[in-house]
Amino acid sequence: MSEMSEDRYTLNKQLAQMLKGGVIMDVTTPEQAKIAQEAGACAVMALERIPADIRAAGGVSRMSDPKMIKGIQEAVSIPVMAKCRIGHFVEAQVLEAIEIDYIDESEVLSPADDVYHIDKRGFKVPFVCGAKDLGEALRRINEGASMIRTKGEPGTGDIVQAVRHMRKMNSEIAKITSMRADELFEEAKQLAVPYELVAYVHDNGRLPVVNFAAGGVATPADAALMMQLGAEGVFVGSGIFKSGNPAKRAAAIVKAVTNYADSSLIAELSEDLGEAMVGINEQEIELLMAERGK
Amino acid sequence: MRIAVLAVQGAFAEHIAKLNGMGVDCLELRQRADLEQPFDGLILPGGESTVQGKLLRELQMLEPLRDRIRQGLPVLATCAGLILLAQKIADDETVWFGTLPVCVRRNAYGRQLGSFHTEAQMEGIGTVPMTFIRAPYVESLLEAQDGAEDSAERQGAGNQNVEGYCKTKGGVTVLARVDDRIVAVRYGNQIGAAFHPELDEDERIHEMFLRLCRQSSVK
Repeated sequence: MSEMSEDRYTLNKQLAQMLKGGVIMDVTTPEQAKIAQEAGACAVMALERIPADIRAAGGVSRMSDPKMIKGIQEAVSIPVMAKCRIGHFVEAQVLEAIEIDYIDESEVLSPADDVYHIDKRGFKVPFVCGAKDLGEALRRINEGASMIRTKGEPGTGDIVQAVRHMRKMNSEIAKITSMRADELFEEAKQLAVPYELVAYVHDNGRLPVVNFAAGGVATPADAALMMQLGAEGVFVGSGIFKSGNPAKRAAAIVKAVTNYADSSLIAELSEDLGEAMVGINEQEIELLMAERGK
Repeated sequence: MRIAVLAVQGAFAEHIAKLNGMGVDCLELRQRADLEQPFDGLILPGGESTVQGKLLRELQMLEPLRDRIRQGLPVLATCAGLILLAQKIADDETVWFGTLPVCVRRNAYGRQLGSFHTEAQMEGIGTVPMTFIRAPYVESLLEAQDGAEDSAERQGAGNQNVEGYCKTKGGVTVLARVDDRIVAVRYGNQIGAAFHPELDEDERIHEMFLRLCRQSSVK
């Protein structure tokens, strides 16, 4: 290879840029991965159980079997992501060893460390992390995340928390952009993040990495709602393979993300999708995954 | 002059920001109705070619855009865009536009760990920065199929600008190689690059494309 740049972090942020305007789908088998690719997923997230089943099964939830992930890598040509537990840097090392395209250090799995997140700067593979607000997002970026997603509330089919997290992040960004330059130091202290990241948000009015929506997306309208709120793309977990007609619903969500402002198209896409995942309301769940890792 | 940027998925905003910075107006192509607006050139951005191709087809933009490319609409295709243009994809039966007589290999450098940044010679420009993200490369040059050659001839295949530079066959000119792999080509009105000029600050590849658009709109 001719003079290669060692700037993996830039390359990793750039891969996230290529995923923009797309839908990343949770899959548990090579067959589901193929259905997702056919339906227009821009990447798949390989995991043993989708969040709704993790929630139903209870117990400790861990990184997937590498063999199962490899099966999915072989089945599709699009990028393959996989989840490791918060703070479990050895699971991350394992995923790097099998050349995963993106690691999701995810609150969907049981946290392995209740204080520290993974030092993601020490890895060559990229990381995406969940965030409920700007402070969490910038802390994860400071640790080396090259992509952010809202946490939402995984496995519920309820969009309310993803909306809350996206709105919160947007309003905090808007607040910082309107601040005087001499107020940024205190803001950095409040958010517990380096000044440089706050200054970036002040100057650019956005996160320094791509920001997707995740957690509770179940319909084309949910996906378009998150896009209109400023998401740059969407993760769909349980919403697809917990529904009546996964292939059709997946394809409809993909189109809704591309043409998120075209209400007559979204109306058309929302017809005859079969049963949506049943879903659970926020008040009905005992485990708030979004409270894991701050 | 106005440039249409395919905006169904991927890094289209980066191309638009670059062109706007160069004082050029852009039009986002998200659905068939957008094709009714006038434009002088087309950019096919990076992203996932399977997603973009599927959406192009299902949103009924594939055929009309292919016709316009065949008729000489200038195109700059980067990474996934190059795959969409290619007449053949290695180990794959899929053909999207199929207007550029080359065979490309997808994910030719492997997974994300194989992504890299380098600099290399680009014909007619000089040394340019090149960012490869899960990139393809051109495995071989092909003979043009069904009428595509006519378009190249109509456009003069652009060979007057790239004299004597390894024009291999069928009017396809190799514009750049990295480690002996072909990473940029030109075929008449079509420029294809395996890398992402929209991700680096250098504007010369976009300038080269805009020159092509100006020449073409003068006609």
